[in-house]
Amino acid sequence: MQDGKSSISKFLYTFIMVFIIWNAFTWPGSFADIQLAEVLTGAFVSLILGLLTNKYFSCCGLQVLMPHKIIFLVQYFFVFIIALIKANLDVAVRVINPALPINPGIVEIKTKLTNDFAKMILANSITLTPGTLTIDVIDDTMYIHWIDVATENPEEAFKEIAEPFEKVLLKIYG
Amino acid sequence: MEILRYIGYGLLVIGGIFLFLGALGIYRMPDLYNRLQAGTKATTIGAMSAILGVGFIEPAWMVKTIIIVIFIGIANPLSSHALARAAYKAGLKPIMKKKVDAYEKVQDIEVKEEVKL
Repeated sequence: MQDGKSSISKFLYTFIMVFIIWNAFTWPGSFADIQLAEVLTGAFVSLILGLLTNKYFSCCGLQVLMPHKIIFLVQYFFVFIIALIKANLDVAVRVINPALPINPGIVEIKTKLTNDFAKMILANSITLTPGTLTIDVIDDTMYIHWIDVATENPEEAFKEIAEPFEKVLLKIYG
Repeated sequence: MEILRYIGYGLLVIGGIFLFLGALGIYRMPDLYNRLQAGTKATTIGAMSAILGVGFIEPAWMVKTIIIVIFIGIANPLSSHALARAAYKAGLKPIMKKKVDAYEKVQDIEVKEEVKL
């Protein structure tokens, strides 16, 4: 067993996440209105789900919840939100433009990430950023449909598409 | 809080605009992959913004709406990725002005038809 990857750590991670989500969904609006029965039911459900699903839900256990990693998660969130807004304005401008300025194609990029979960986050982020859509991930290669192909070179495409995300993800999962 | 209400209305309007643009994109784009591009991005931020707007108007629902927004952020790109991959595997060739297709070489099936832009 490696450190941070034991099933107890995975179970605790799953338990905490499910418990947070449960309480967020049953949030009554203020601390004074929280009902003990609600929270206890949540703890019970989280316990069962944590026992049953920790193998699939959690890749690396509690180490993802370390304080410095949470700081990087917040940083990632902001990088991502900015990219998301840019993506939408970009697509909106293309859609409104009468000439429909698109030059689509499929390019490949290589990622340095090894963790499956991190690859999923990267692929999802790429899908939500300007004009790119992840079609497939095979090992460390991602195939990306690009609405306006600027370069066919994998390294240059990587710089254009994925670099800001991968830098932060490497710090979290690397 | 009156100001939160107006922020909420603003977010609802922005969400509506983006959802409309997404629909327009689906209508105008030439093939499935480009339609997915327009569909995924515009509807993601449209739905996020509209749901957050509801959260601002009704502050008691705020936490719930944030969780729903996070789930949309995860589920939307996943589903569009699945659709695009399935379409390619089923033999639907993307429309291109100049042929740039790195994904072709890892296919083991015959592509049925080629469409020109």
